[in-house]
Amino acid sequence: MADVNITVDGRKLTAPAGTLLIEACKNAGIEVPSFCYYPGLSLQGACRMCLVEIAKMPKMQTACTTVIQEGMAVTTTSDTVRQARKAMLEFVLQNHPLDCPVCDAGGECELQDMTFSYGASESRLIDFKNHKEEEQWSPVVFFDRPRCILCYRCVRVCNEGMDVAALGIQNRGSLSLIVPNHGEHLECEECGMCIDICPVGALTSGAYRYKTRPWEMNHVGTICTHCGDGCKTTLGVRRQGSGNQIVRSDNRDKSGINGDFLCIKGRYAFDFVEHPDRLKQPLVRKNGTLTPASWEEALELAARRFREARDIAGGASIGVIGSNRTTNEENYLLQKFARLVLRTNNIDHHRTADYPAFVNALSGHANATASMRDLSSAQAVLLIGNDPTYQHPLLAWQIRTNVRLHGARLYVVNSWPIKLARQAKAFVQIPEGAEGKAAAFLGGDDSAAEALVTDKTTREKLLSFREKLQSEQNLVVIFGSELRGQDLAPLVRSAAAAGAKFICLGDYANSRGAADMGLYPDLLPGYLPLSEAARFGEPWKSVPQQPGMNLEQMAAAGKEHKLRALYVVGSNPLARYDIDPFALAETFVVVEDLFLTETADVADVVLPAACAYEKSGSFTNTCGDLQLLHKAGDCEGVKPDLEIIVRLAERMGFDIAQLVPMGAGGMRADFGESRGVQSGEADRQAIWNRRQGYEPRVSPFNPFAVLEEIQRLVPGYDVGRLELLSGNDVHTATAGQAPGKAEADRSLVPSNDNLFTSGTLGRYSHVLNKVIEHRLGLPNEKKAVVAE
Amino acid sequence: MANLVSHPDEVRVVSKRFGQGATDIDRYLALDGYQATQKALGMGADAVINEVKASNLRGRGGAGFPAGMKWSFVPKQSPKPKYVLCNGDESEPGTCKDRLIFEHDPHSVIEGVIIAGIAVGSHQGYIYLRGEYRYLIEIMEKAVADAYARGFLGKNIFGSGYDFECAVQTGAGAYEVGEESALMESLEGKRGIPRVRPPFPAVVGLYGGPTVINNAETLANVPHIILGGGEWYAGLGPPKNGGTRLFCLSGSVNKPGVYELPMGYNLRKMIDEVAGGIWNGRKLKAVQPGGSSVPVLTADEVDIAMDFDSVGKAGSMLGSGAVVIIDDSTCMVKYALRVMRFYQHESCGWCIPCREGTDWLKKTLTRFHSGGGVRRDIDNIQYLAENMLGRTFCPLGDAAAMPIISLVKKFRKEFEDHLEGKPCPYEDHGKIGQLPVLTAYDHRAADPWTHAH
Repeated sequence: MADVNITVDGRKLTAPAGTLLIEACKNAGIEVPSFCYYPGLSLQGACRMCLVEIAKMPKMQTACTTVIQEGMAVTTTSDTVRQARKAMLEFVLQNHPLDCPVCDAGGECELQDMTFSYGASESRLIDFKNHKEEEQWSPVVFFDRPRCILCYRCVRVCNEGMDVAALGIQNRGSLSLIVPNHGEHLECEECGMCIDICPVGALTSGAYRYKTRPWEMNHVGTICTHCGDGCKTTLGVRRQGSGNQIVRSDNRDKSGINGDFLCIKGRYAFDFVEHPDRLKQPLVRKNGTLTPASWEEALELAARRFREARDIAGGASIGVIGSNRTTNEENYLLQKFARLVLRTNNIDHHRTADYPAFVNALSGHANATASMRDLSSAQAVLLIGNDPTYQHPLLAWQIRTNVRLHGARLYVVNSWPIKLARQAKAFVQIPEGAEGKAAAFLGGDDSAAEALVTDKTTREKLLSFREKLQSEQNLVVIFGSELRGQDLAPLVRSAAAAGAKFICLGDYANSRGAADMGLYPDLLPGYLPLSEAARFGEPWKSVPQQPGMNLEQMAAAGKEHKLRALYVVGSNPLARYDIDPFALAETFVVVEDLFLTETADVADVVLPAACAYEKSGSFTNTCGDLQLLHKAGDCEGVKPDLEIIVRLAERMGFDIAQLVPMGAGGMRADFGESRGVQSGEADRQAIWNRRQGYEPRVSPFNPFAVLEEIQRLVPGYDVGRLELLSGNDVHTATAGQAPGKAEADRSLVPSNDNLFTSGTLGRYSHVLNKVIEHRLGLPNEKKAVVAE
Repeated sequence: MANLVSHPDEVRVVSKRFGQGATDIDRYLALDGYQATQKALGMGADAVINEVKASNLRGRGGAGFPAGMKWSFVPKQSPKPKYVLCNGDESEPGTCKDRLIFEHDPHSVIEGVIIAGIAVGSHQGYIYLRGEYRYLIEIMEKAVADAYARGFLGKNIFGSGYDFECAVQTGAGAYEVGEESALMESLEGKRGIPRVRPPFPAVVGLYGGPTVINNAETLANVPHIILGGGEWYAGLGPPKNGGTRLFCLSGSVNKPGVYELPMGYNLRKMIDEVAGGIWNGRKLKAVQPGGSSVPVLTADEVDIAMDFDSVGKAGSMLGSGAVVIIDDSTCMVKYALRVMRFYQHESCGWCIPCREGTDWLKKTLTRFHSGGGVRRDIDNIQYLAENMLGRTFCPLGDAAAMPIISLVKKFRKEFEDHLEGKPCPYEDHGKIGQLPVLTAYDHRAADPWTHAH
């Protein structure tokens, strides 16, 4: 768009036509205060804080509703403007209680900040302030009416941003109230966006309120550990005892792919870390019962039994199951441990998406995956299967926002009228389980149409749907676990040829990372076939060329007493795959986990692990965006999985330098954080170190040493390190060459999580449980249960 | 049904058919009814707009915007349907003219709506009645039904090939909905809260379509302009203030009522002669010449012509034509309080200065009038009102602020007379039983939240 020239306080500014005055000022570093204006939400002009003088206009104008015009001369610093701001604050403070010392928002309150900047130090008020008692609307949402300044941000973010519309306005004038949708309580997605967006302490979080003052927290930016969307979250961490306690999670600074968005899980469900059932000491089975033991004893026992199994019956008698929630570094190291130390390809994880088939279908199309950021600017989106509102809340938010702000066209194919269908330009409802046929039809196979026709969906509707899709440029195709194996290929190939980009939805925080890091019996990291093992270095030449057992085969082998040992890291296959616990009766099972899960319950050795919020490393989200985790919390007695793997290897007599790139011969460069060098200098400093005979890396437990190897060796992960270290997301490529399979992956089991569940982990979140209980008590939910 | 009043100086245009039984469609037709519509159909859009422009007809709702110019802002081509709205949400205290039009001459409003529709190329009109005017709904609905039955509304009106639909809708009792964009929100079934402007209704109005919205009296004048000609109408009033005006004379006068007088009629003459002078032999103290939302004029300031420009020059506004006359037995602090109670009750609460300002002023004035005032309250009242003025989202904040500013300025002494716990000098019984002391103020009883539910 053409640029427009304006003058603000005598400064000449240029901004694209159509820019709001308040934005033009902000971009030029000129502060125009406001409460009700919020980028991305509809304009209100209600708080009147942004009044400025514009030449040739008789009255002051609100900068938030004024679109800049060529030659506009604006004054933001005159006495009139200053006086108006001061008076506006006096007005808003008329009924606002001055209980800042006990208010949750005190210290990070926009009204407080503005009063400091623009307000009057004395109040003119003699009369009483209106009062109303505080209300609790849901387990996590509290509303303190007197503090509310009626900026309507909460109403708008719920209505426009979330498409939930759970908040409204009741009464009028000074009696106006923000009210929840069901009388005295909320029935909503409990995302907490209303609390987050509240500029004052009117809406407060049941999980955070009265726990701390903002200035008593340190803030650690890391990645959410729940679904596969990879929201950045800023954890508020407070010293407690000898460790750190996580007291809050939000992303108020809008950094990261999610801006300020977080769903209920990201915002509140970090509380599992403090669950009383958390394992804090290793357990060893003695006389049939799991008994607390020392780390020494537990590691020694596990290492000895692994070594025995390997040396007596060979690596093929040992199975390894990795995790969807451990870091890339841990997953990479785990498969390296399995292949080099245990000498087995029996490694698998809980698969929730058919990434190998996806990569295979994409072969020949470099850069054909869409990042989460791409989704907010794509002109058109095709969604087949899945229900992102409940399974991928950020993805759903991105789509809604893109439709609302940029008029993106959304096409939905689903067996159910999912909530996102409301934003859809076109929606076709297909029979359950026909997603594969739909993909075939959209990929050009007309014969597949028969299987899609229902009383709601005619053949003509399907044809016109496909026709509209084919006319779209810049399309992003999203699909869930409904599409697998050969279903994918026709659609992906035909759309990729037209320039489309893709997202294959995996369910957990690092599902994509687990797949990328080669937690497969037949694939190495980067979806490379076993025959490519030598690419990873000299020791890899010994990796067996025969594909190992997958998760179900391992269970079957256990039943036949052919599995001597099983090493389970951060996974609960017994519950997830409904495996008979007696299948593992003869197997020596080692489980690393946070809690005594069904699988841990049958283990011989249980090792307490650190959760994702208690360690550093990296996650790859479902789109393939790589992001760094930073250690925030602390839990006494636990160890990160990375350290446990290294210690096991060491006790098995393996040369650690071959496992973790360290010492003079391994690591080629470091990430700089160990010695505080600038990241751009790291490589040169490493070269210099080596020339001097110094070791570039001394700790084998540093995840960044492993990340360095991943970047060096795993196809697609050779991404900009500077961006990554700055806390940004970096999109990886799918450069692998997974061999295509004729059959669909039967071991693929979607998590079927909704907004309020999160695999095994979610069971241990107090907030999630409270919200689920609250919802079960709601009249509507009760009715639903009865109807079933 | 209100009794009609009359005065020899009246020039009856819009009130021509008052008391003539024109609610009956046959009677209305006998009184030149629906001839203007047929004439307008023959004239075409541009000619109608030009005629209205020539008449210098200015909006009778209060702002006085030239009607012809407003119509000409509507784009000729529009992908969305265009609408004509009749603003019959007459709520300004002291104003009672539109209701007489609806009561006595409902078809003239319908005609005005149709002609405005012809002028802007709209095929749908809505007549929005004030929620409290329950008794007018039947009259208006019958009038619309009669017009449909005769083919004056609906498809192919008067056999001209032009379609025009019209419906009557009532409000739910909110002063704020008299503001045009809030009225549209209300008509769409939403909260009656004004919209961000621009875009203006002429471009994006009801349901996002270009919309003309005029006061009922404005529209009722239109048929007469079409029949009598713009020039004739303009000649009835002073330059730029065409025609006559329904003045609602109320307050401390002997003959209150609605009188149709030419624009520019002298205000003093209006009070002394038309309204029959101040009652009970008292003296004039102040006048609000345009409803409760305009600055007051003192008794010395009333020798002015009642047209938009002259009243503006005198420091007030012609507003809705409601002339509120105050005699010398009235306590101006109490008057200020009464005005502020109205605006506090009617503020929609959308923007901070109006919502908080009216509430604060009401609290202060309540305490002040009952003897709990302190000296700095007077400056404070003025400060609050001045900081509302021109800074609110819609003109309601100005409406609340302007009378208060003028009251404090022009009657400061009366405010000072209430200080130091002195009893209100105007209370009949001379004394207020108990002086409220701030600390003993019963917060629960005064807690407005208790009324919220």
